[in-house]
Amino acid sequence: MSHATLSPKRGGTLRGATLPKWFPWAVAVGSIAAGLGISAAAGLGSSIQWALIAAVLFVLGSYAISARIEGRRQAKDRVATSLVWVAFILAVIPLASLVWETVKRGVQVLDGYFLTHSMGVVADTEPGGGIYHAILGTLEQVGLATLFSVPIGVLTAIYLVEYGRGRLAKAVTFFVDVMTGIPSIVAGLFVLSLWVLILDMGPSGLAGAFALCILMIPVVVRSTEEMLKLVPNELREASLALGVPKWRTILKVVLPTSVGGIITGVMLAIARITGETAPVLLLVWGTDFINANPFKDPQESLPMYIYLQYSAGSDPAYDRAWAAALTLIAFIMILNLLARGIARWKAPKTGR
Amino acid sequence: MAKRIDVSGLNAYYGSFLAIEDISMTVEPRSVTAFIGPSGCGKSTFLRTLNRMHEVTPGGRVEGKVMLDDENLYGAGIDPVAVRREVGMVFQRPNPFPTMSVYDNVAAGLRLNGKFKKSELDDVVEKSLKGANLWNEVKDRLNKPGSGLSGGQQQRLCIARAIAVEPNVLLMDEPCSALDPISTLAIEDLIGELKERFTIVIVTHNMQQAARVSDRTAFFNLAAVGQPGKLIEIDETERIFSNPSVQATEDYISGRFG
Repeated sequence: MSHATLSPKRGGTLRGATLPKWFPWAVAVGSIAAGLGISAAAGLGSSIQWALIAAVLFVLGSYAISARIEGRRQAKDRVATSLVWVAFILAVIPLASLVWETVKRGVQVLDGYFLTHSMGVVADTEPGGGIYHAILGTLEQVGLATLFSVPIGVLTAIYLVEYGRGRLAKAVTFFVDVMTGIPSIVAGLFVLSLWVLILDMGPSGLAGAFALCILMIPVVVRSTEEMLKLVPNELREASLALGVPKWRTILKVVLPTSVGGIITGVMLAIARITGETAPVLLLVWGTDFINANPFKDPQESLPMYIYLQYSAGSDPAYDRAWAAALTLIAFIMILNLLARGIARWKAPKTGR
Repeated sequence: MAKRIDVSGLNAYYGSFLAIEDISMTVEPRSVTAFIGPSGCGKSTFLRTLNRMHEVTPGGRVEGKVMLDDENLYGAGIDPVAVRREVGMVFQRPNPFPTMSVYDNVAAGLRLNGKFKKSELDDVVEKSLKGANLWNEVKDRLNKPGSGLSGGQQQRLCIARAIAVEPNVLLMDEPCSALDPISTLAIEDLIGELKERFTIVIVTHNMQQAARVSDRTAFFNLAAVGQPGKLIEIDETERIFSNPSVQATEDYISGRFG
């Protein structure tokens, strides 16, 4: 009886006027042209200005045209869609331009020689030299930090999700939250005062790795915790009901189910600490020579190399800084891709 | 293999909330006992007290005695892990381990408990899958993931997994409620076969199912929401469905109730 009263009111048709598929593209092209035209006419130099004009015109234009032809509801839908697109493009612009700029400037000196030589006998103002010592230092420091933080982080997360009840768990969660917010320079200062000043150890890759640990552990705990929480309780109960002890249940059922996500989290945490400069600057000091021993004497690392080369201020040093930045970005990108690959490979299979 | 369960004066709590109160009953070996009753009356909670799974829930606590033949499951020094090897369980939703193949799922109970001889495992897996009427359907895809099977097959896989560890008692918590009528029929037939070897307790919302598969039926009820659930009566299934001794049971079974 309800549709009996409804359908006459609506006019009884399900069909409405629809704009063609290319409509948004046409409006986009039109508004960009209009934006360029307006800014040329008004003599505005900046590309930000015409882009803003074009974006506003795009949103308004799609609403106005669509409201006239399709009706208000579809017009609102188009406004929402175009706002999403504008936001997406705004977010992508800095990312794309960063990658573009780094690649453009970085490839100038990036070659096999650059990757396999140090800055040993090269002055900052001369061309040549390379980042071998920095790559080595970064790999060793990040490797050590990962070696320390992953077991601590994963075990903490297992405690919090599987065993933690009551006050201790709350306290641990609270401190993990606090640790997440520690600025990297403070982590560096903490290790500096404890390891270098009180225990009187010299600068080394290990000291840097300790500071990186402080930054990495909370990230690993958080991401692992989330992944473990995603494992359905039914699986734990199924295993327990088979007479499997709790620790074996965690080891053989819970962890394998979530290992893809945990590895992704660890990789992302590694990517985060690889770019840290401040603690490395305080604790590893930096050197122009190859030092393969992370336990003694200063080392180099990629972010610090970029910083030092950039502050050296000569043209060859700028080029080297860009090339090192490109190497760092590529390294982190490869880690991310690896993480995705592993996550996909380890994900619970549903195929028939 | 099958053992008798003797429950007396059992209370189960969630934190300070008393979920089921003062339950006493006997479950006969080599028979099927069905638990029926409205939602929230504590059937599943009671079932989970029979293999100490209730205490896995945070705040879960049990008072009273559950005798498995002559051993009190809640006595001092009893290892809940050992209890669960004696009293297996099948859950409402099929829950095969997603990271494991069909074979590994069935072998999980033995393998996770450390027993590890390939030929022995092969035998147990085949025997259990045959016991669960699943062997013919999966014998060519033992190494495919268990989560790729259909819902009914997954549930039979879970039953195979549960009987692979050779328990004395098999608890089933609404094992067919997520399945279609044909899969349900397969599982009901299977229950009929399994009762030759195991003591079976099944919780069900489907009264026809209780009438079809069980030898004895227990009716649970609760006075009101927030009140503890109680055992109203337990008797031969035929009597419960034809001539129960308590009016509430008859009301529930004939649908005159809530």
